[in-house]
Amino acid sequence: MSEELVRLKIDDIDVRVPKGTKVVDAAKQAGIEIPVFCHHPKIESVGMCRMCLVEIGTPKRDRSTGENILDKSGQPQVEFWPKLETSCTTPVSEGMVVKVSSEKAIEGRKQILEFLLTSHPLDCPVCDKGGECSLQDLAMGHGSGESRFVLDDKKHLDKHVPLGDLIVLDRERCVQCARCIRFQEEVAGDPVLAFAERGRNMEIVTFSDPGFDSYFSGNTTDICPVGALTTVDFRFGARSWEMDATASICTHCPVGCNLMLNTRREASANGRQMIKRVMPRQNERVNEIWICDKGRFAHHFATSDERLTKPLVRIDGKLIETSWKKALERAAEGLKAAGEGVVGLASGRVSNEDLFSFHALLKSIGGRAILSDSQAGGALVQQVGVGQGTDIGGLGVRDAILVIASDLHEEAPIWWQRVMGATKRGTTLVVANARKTRLDDYAEHVVRYRYQEAALTGLGLLQAITGAKDLSKFSGDELLKSAAKALTEAENLVIFYGVEGLTYAESKSLSEACAAILVETKNIGRAQNGLIAVWPKSNTQGAWDMGLRPAEGDLENALADAKAAYIMAVDPVGDNPNLAEIFNGDRFLVVQELFMTPTAELADVVFPAQSFAEREGTFTSGERRVQRFYPAVKALGETKADWSIIASLAASLGIGLESSSAARVFLRITEEIEAYAEISYQSLAEFEEQWPPVGEEDLYYGGTTFKNRQGLGVQLAPAAEKDQSIKIQWSAPPEFKGKKGYLLVPVVELYDRGATVMPSENLHSRLASPVLRMSLKDAKSIGVMQGAQVELLLDGRTEELQAIAEEGVPEGVILLGRGLGVPIAEPEYVEVRLKA
Amino acid sequence: MGLLRGLWAAFLGMLELLRGLWTTFRSMFETPVTYQYPEVKRPVRERFKGRHVLKRYDNGLERCIGCSLCAAACPADAIFVEAAENTDEERYSPGERYASTYEINLLRCIFCGYCEDACPTEAIVLEHQYELSFTNRRDAIYTKELLIVPVPEDGKPTPQNVPVGMFNRAIPEMKDPA
Repeated sequence: MSEELVRLKIDDIDVRVPKGTKVVDAAKQAGIEIPVFCHHPKIESVGMCRMCLVEIGTPKRDRSTGENILDKSGQPQVEFWPKLETSCTTPVSEGMVVKVSSEKAIEGRKQILEFLLTSHPLDCPVCDKGGECSLQDLAMGHGSGESRFVLDDKKHLDKHVPLGDLIVLDRERCVQCARCIRFQEEVAGDPVLAFAERGRNMEIVTFSDPGFDSYFSGNTTDICPVGALTTVDFRFGARSWEMDATASICTHCPVGCNLMLNTRREASANGRQMIKRVMPRQNERVNEIWICDKGRFAHHFATSDERLTKPLVRIDGKLIETSWKKALERAAEGLKAAGEGVVGLASGRVSNEDLFSFHALLKSIGGRAILSDSQAGGALVQQVGVGQGTDIGGLGVRDAILVIASDLHEEAPIWWQRVMGATKRGTTLVVANARKTRLDDYAEHVVRYRYQEAALTGLGLLQAITGAKDLSKFSGDELLKSAAKALTEAENLVIFYGVEGLTYAESKSLSEACAAILVETKNIGRAQNGLIAVWPKSNTQGAWDMGLRPAEGDLENALADAKAAYIMAVDPVGDNPNLAEIFNGDRFLVVQELFMTPTAELADVVFPAQSFAEREGTFTSGERRVQRFYPAVKALGETKADWSIIASLAASLGIGLESSSAARVFLRITEEIEAYAEISYQSLAEFEEQWPPVGEEDLYYGGTTFKNRQGLGVQLAPAAEKDQSIKIQWSAPPEFKGKKGYLLVPVVELYDRGATVMPSENLHSRLASPVLRMSLKDAKSIGVMQGAQVELLLDGRTEELQAIAEEGVPEGVILLGRGLGVPIAEPEYVEVRLKA
Repeated sequence: MGLLRGLWAAFLGMLELLRGLWTTFRSMFETPVTYQYPEVKRPVRERFKGRHVLKRYDNGLERCIGCSLCAAACPADAIFVEAAENTDEERYSPGERYASTYEINLLRCIFCGYCEDACPTEAIVLEHQYELSFTNRRDAIYTKELLIVPVPEDGKPTPQNVPVGMFNRAIPEMKDPA
């Protein structure tokens, strides 16, 4: 938006706003209330509802000279437009005079409201929006209190129209503001809703199959000004005023969306406090006011009955419930016996406090702390990650984004949405992947490589940028050259790199190439520039920061070498059944988990951990923003927070670790980890006013997204901010030769069948299926008909799966979703044959 | 003088005594106001606020739609409501919503009747039951099963299987005020 300011008068208050601002937004900025239903500050206005009627006047001009005509006192004469105008579609102009609270304008709005209510069912007592409804609020504030229409004439329409599996439409509550339709089109990029019919028959329909097929559908219920759209998950769950609200952070992906957990006691859970719904919390730099449906609906794992509630120890080959004291004693005994041969394995699913204590414990017993997430480059992100103050929502015309080896739409939907939004503002997008992803549609340059050439492509881009000779594999590729040119010319450059189809070694090479590109183009150490890893878990970056490192692609050997293993928040056996052999022997195994995983079943001691909703802590997002989450519900059974279990275990081993509170553990983090030195729980809880205003008195304007009063978090400064002279050593990726068969590539699907998704039954109809996706040509050569059963020979195991031919899958490659019940960690060569 | 005065005082005292005895004597012929509680119970006033009941419509459907406005109005936080969704195959109340849990903690209740006032369907009514004593706190929590009135003669018990679209209004049809 242009920074040229325009001066206008709204209700006798002088307002200066940038050119192009709509009158309604200008009024909001000046603190003057103009009621709206259809206008939303994040969506283009259309003037559907007519609720924002105001009187608008502009200075009279002399037609011959173009000068303003002045009155006797020397002020420009104002000519008011003959009719009331919709302030949401009228841009401001110099000298404009707006009357919001003139009698004519008030009367006009009153009548519009009367019209809107003619066919509204007024069933507020049973409406989920009751208590946080724009129509309720505005009818109280601006309505006439009675209607001149004949109530018997009300039109009654369907009250339960499922728009897909997650959202239900109540046709008669709808005021036809089209916010949902426009949100899907403009913000979510999934135009799957539309109006059908006209006049009083007008209704919202979905034309996708399955219905309302979008990962952002839940947001429409937040911006719906009435109770027309409700979620299946929350439907009739509680009244809005009955619930407590606790700030939290989403744990499903590295975006780190700010959440609010609405909780209430529940009779069916024996009076336990339960999460009734998950709402977005505004953080304009992270998730704005949106969250994806996984974050919104996949919360049931946190309070699931299937959770472990008591410590277990193995006695005579069986896991038996026991007391914490006995379990800790047993674990300490086993770990002591192993001496320095203890290997700790943890994933980025748990908080910084947990990972820090875990690392500290293993360090003091001489063991090794391994990060289970097999993606390289966390240390590079610490160096050349995005600079402080980075906001993808602020990237514009002169900037560029590179997304390589990642399907952001499935891996981190809010990043996908924000990257897509950036392209709409003119940002140049370069997408490099081995297959077509949804981001391709918005990319200016699409670089297509073969699987196992991702790192080479990264190096090729680097070569095209630097002109170095030794990277010449791709030097002839014109596409690569033009993409490299776009990256070089960009003022700001953000690189997202993923791990799709990559082994650890390849991922290492790719991350180095990406970092080198940033260094070469001098896009480091500044806001809006840097490297973002699309991590497999929400806090993987935090795990790197706390000192954990991956096993560099050799987890099996690392575990096999161990005398004892301490495994936290990860299920290696579930991911790779071959590892079961390692733990079947007399190797001592301690598992700390939420659920009884295949790994936990083999353990000697199992500690029940708390979910993110039951405790406090911090997560570090992919953009290295450290954010706090707070306890929302009471802890289940005898569960304890991970850091607390680790501290107790340390005490049993005679090691002193911080055991009093998460805040104290964080204090230790700030003392020992340099990047965290300047932050504290207090600074993470700081907030400032954000635009647009949401969730408070004026929720008609921005919707029911919660206002952020619990902390925006702090983005850590990458090392490059202090020292620009960073050198990146890049290494060539490994070569693949002489392997036979099809390359089975695990890809991420948003709705996987993991332990954190399955307890949310509403998502079951949307879960990805374990099907093998192959190219048309491969399907033909194997002889696969659409949906045929095939046998997959994988690592000595045989899996029986359905296969489908799909356009866009490269030849010689078979795609299979991760976490769908078929364990596959890295790309592997497999044999496929038709089931006899 | 002294003696006379003394006799006079004694006479007056006797008179008072007789007057009192007269009242006693007279009341022997009055109809007694005492009730032989608990065998006999004194009727209460029409608007007496006793224990709540949850009403039904004549066809047996529950009036309560689980809107929780009674709980919102309750100054003593005595009411806990949880709602769930009706279907035509399993219908508890008209409209989409019914109370799957309805509990009143009668130890908390102050019998103010605000819940009655808040109820959009006149489902909750404070009636004439006043014998509310409990030997433990748990008994003081009246659940929906205890609160709801029996099914009327012509009605059917809930949940009912009803024709599609017959009872889809939660709140009784409003009359035109004109």
